[in-house]
Amino acid sequence: MKRLSIVLVAFIGFQSFAFSQDMTALVNKVKAKLDKVNDYVAEGSMKTDVAFIKAPVGRVKVYFKKPNHFKLKRDGGISILPKGGVTVNMSTLVAGNDFVALSSGDAVINGTKVKVVKLIPTTDNSDVVLSTLYIDETNLLILKASTTTKENGSFEIEMSYGKFISYALPDKVIFSFNTKDYKMPKGVALEFEDEEKLTDAEKIKRKKGRVQINYSNYTINKGLDDNVFK
Amino acid sequence: MYKLLQIELYKIFRRPRTYIAFLAITALVGVIQLGLVKNGDDYVNFVMGNVMQSFSFDGKLLNGYLVCYILLQLLLVHVPLLIALVAADMISGEANMGTLRLMLTKPISRTQFLLAKFTASAIYTFMLLVWIAFLALFVSMFLFGVDDMVIQKTNYLVQLPVGDVFWRYVGAFGFALLSMLSVAALGFFLSNFAENSIGPIVATMSVIIFFTILSTMSIPLFQKIQPFLFTTYMVNWKEFFDPKVNADNAVIVGSLQHPDRIIQSALILVLHIVGFVGATMVLFKRKDILS
Amino acid sequence: MDNNCKTFLISNAESLSCIQISSLYINSTILAAQCYTCMQSVIKVSNLTKHFKGLTAVNDLSFSVNQGDVYGFLGQNGAGKSTTIRMLLTLIAPTSGEIELFGMNIKTHRSEILRQVGAVVEKPDVYKYLSAYENVALFAKLSGVKVTDKLVMDQLAMVGLASRAKDTVKTFSQGMKQRLGIGIALVHNPQLIILDEPTNGLDPQGIADIRNLILSLSKEMGKTIVVSSHLLSEIEQVASRLLIIDKGKKLVEGNAHELFDPAQTIVEIETIDNAFTLQQLQQSHWQSMLQPQRSHSILLKLHREQIPSLHKNLVEMDVQVISLQPRHNLEDFFLQITSNNQHVQAFTN
Repeated sequence: MKRLSIVLVAFIGFQSFAFSQDMTALVNKVKAKLDKVNDYVAEGSMKTDVAFIKAPVGRVKVYFKKPNHFKLKRDGGISILPKGGVTVNMSTLVAGNDFVALSSGDAVINGTKVKVVKLIPTTDNSDVVLSTLYIDETNLLILKASTTTKENGSFEIEMSYGKFISYALPDKVIFSFNTKDYKMPKGVALEFEDEEKLTDAEKIKRKKGRVQINYSNYTINKGLDDNVFK
Repeated sequence: MYKLLQIELYKIFRRPRTYIAFLAITALVGVIQLGLVKNGDDYVNFVMGNVMQSFSFDGKLLNGYLVCYILLQLLLVHVPLLIALVAADMISGEANMGTLRLMLTKPISRTQFLLAKFTASAIYTFMLLVWIAFLALFVSMFLFGVDDMVIQKTNYLVQLPVGDVFWRYVGAFGFALLSMLSVAALGFFLSNFAENSIGPIVATMSVIIFFTILSTMSIPLFQKIQPFLFTTYMVNWKEFFDPKVNADNAVIVGSLQHPDRIIQSALILVLHIVGFVGATMVLFKRKDILS
Repeated sequence: MDNNCKTFLISNAESLSCIQISSLYINSTILAAQCYTCMQSVIKVSNLTKHFKGLTAVNDLSFSVNQGDVYGFLGQNGAGKSTTIRMLLTLIAPTSGEIELFGMNIKTHRSEILRQVGAVVEKPDVYKYLSAYENVALFAKLSGVKVTDKLVMDQLAMVGLASRAKDTVKTFSQGMKQRLGIGIALVHNPQLIILDEPTNGLDPQGIADIRNLILSLSKEMGKTIVVSSHLLSEIEQVASRLLIIDKGKKLVEGNAHELFDPAQTIVEIETIDNAFTLQQLQQSHWQSMLQPQRSHSILLKLHREQIPSLHKNLVEMDVQVISLQPRHNLEDFFLQITSNNQHVQAFTN
């Protein structure tokens, strides 16, 4: 009996190990595809959709350099971004080996079958607590990522691919976050409040916020100075 | 009428006290701009503290457009006093100096006389606002540069693209002119009842302050009378800085969230101007000049 | 045409613009009509009344001022003079009554009328922060006059302020401000001039200047002048006609020299030896008419018609007469009228 238990545990452990190895392999395959890109400069438009922020669509430039240098700059004007989140890109999410990748089943996103993989950091000094990746196994593309961080709450990233699918670079990224615990702006001006606004204020708090970036062009692997990220 | 207007403007601008208002505005704006040059970022961080805890801002938040907005919020509370200094002196000042009886023995009708006086005080108000616009907007743009304008409303944030701001300021200053003209009209009206200027000036300011307090406080009793107070509408120049958003919550360039409020407020202010000046004319035409 | 009218025409032909001496009008009827027109009232006030709260300032007042008159307007303080003047100038609206100036109703032809009127109402106040020059120019422009440097300087010279043209009025004395006010009132060459206390604050030379100015405006320029003053001696020297009111009502109106009771004429005699003359008079039937004496002359009160007889008697007494002048003592007359509230019949043409 004792021997059977050991065998069973070993079998389950082996199976788990085999499965986790599979997810790590999948993740590594995705990472390898992403690693083809040493650097890029992307142009696009960005829209911040938060109920208590009225912002216009703006032109943006995004800079990336391996392993995890990422900068989003508004091309003229002011950018308003939730703290911590939008700087995350796929490469930074799967960078390094300090995580355990566990399968969490399958799902369908926009008609595409995906593998759900949970990445659990193995180091204590990582800001990320947990990431859940939704990976298109066929094309080795991350279609969605849900991340919980220590400092900046939880957010989701959804990606759509088109022209630059071979480089795993998305055409559209939607970054969603929860504004429930976000502090509301408090005007100091002589605003005369009315009931309608107060009611909306309460509703506002419960909503989510989104930042959507539509990329129109990537300039890939042309070299990028580190000064850009300062 | 043109001749009368020339004379009234001549009298206004030959008086040293007229220039006090321009000097005061210059000093006030200068001091605030200096303060913001030195510690503007701290000020912005303080004002936007709540939002900055959750969002990061990249770009020149403290730019000329924001500085102008800050200045307008401060100035448009205090400028009514400077307007009252001239407008409330128009009739009572003449009576005090004794020149009213000399003026009215000339071959000019009392209606023309009053219209010329009010028009002159309106031109003074316009020139004061032009000066404020020059200092608060153009000098701020020069000192602080320009970028998108991010302002805080009561409980939401508005970001206006840099190319979509200037026309809003033209509209806002135009609206502010109407607001200040309604103050001038009130001062003009009260000037009819006194033979020295202090009374009407103090009375005008007292009315403005009292009505503004009633307009500001969210007490149910006051909220019933707020629609009837012209001060309630005077602050609606800010509606020029509240754009509409589309279905995706993106700002529609060149739009206004509540154009109806602006139009309604403007019409109400115009009505007050016409009402005050009209009442002044009716009373003045019947008045016995005993001074 | 009656003799009075003819006499009037002949004596006033040079100064009256409405009479054309070389006229083609030979028809006496037309000339008579012209005569009437020339005599028309510049000011005609009918049944003028003004009530203030609890006070009737002017009570059913009627008077007229003819062209060329220097019209003295007298009354005690609070009699209603200033109120009446202000009503003439449309500063105050009458409660009832009619005012016509230049034959036009003041209510319907206000601007037209005021173009022809220059006025100084009580203390003339001008803009203290402007210079004398700027004040004159400003009011000239307001009166519809084309403003030139010459016009303004001439006006200032007329009132003796040319040297202070560029100084601000706040540096002026009261007398200078008074003169400036008069200069402003005359800048547009008005036909009717209304002066309310014009000699206030002026020194004797200034008073004399104003008196001469009034006489010059009247005699040389044919202006019609209404003067209200407390200085009865000054009114006496310039006024051709008088109106005395009290408590808003007319007491008397008429030609100055005819208003006084001829039986109360004061005669002033100046002789080589006044002591001798006095002694002679005291011994004669003229003794009862002697009045308290002055240092350089002898005064008698007698009937106007007794003057020739007095003159004859003085010659018979070997009195060497330097001058013998009947005096109309306006002050006595005024006090008598206003204290007794007598209504003396007007001696008007």
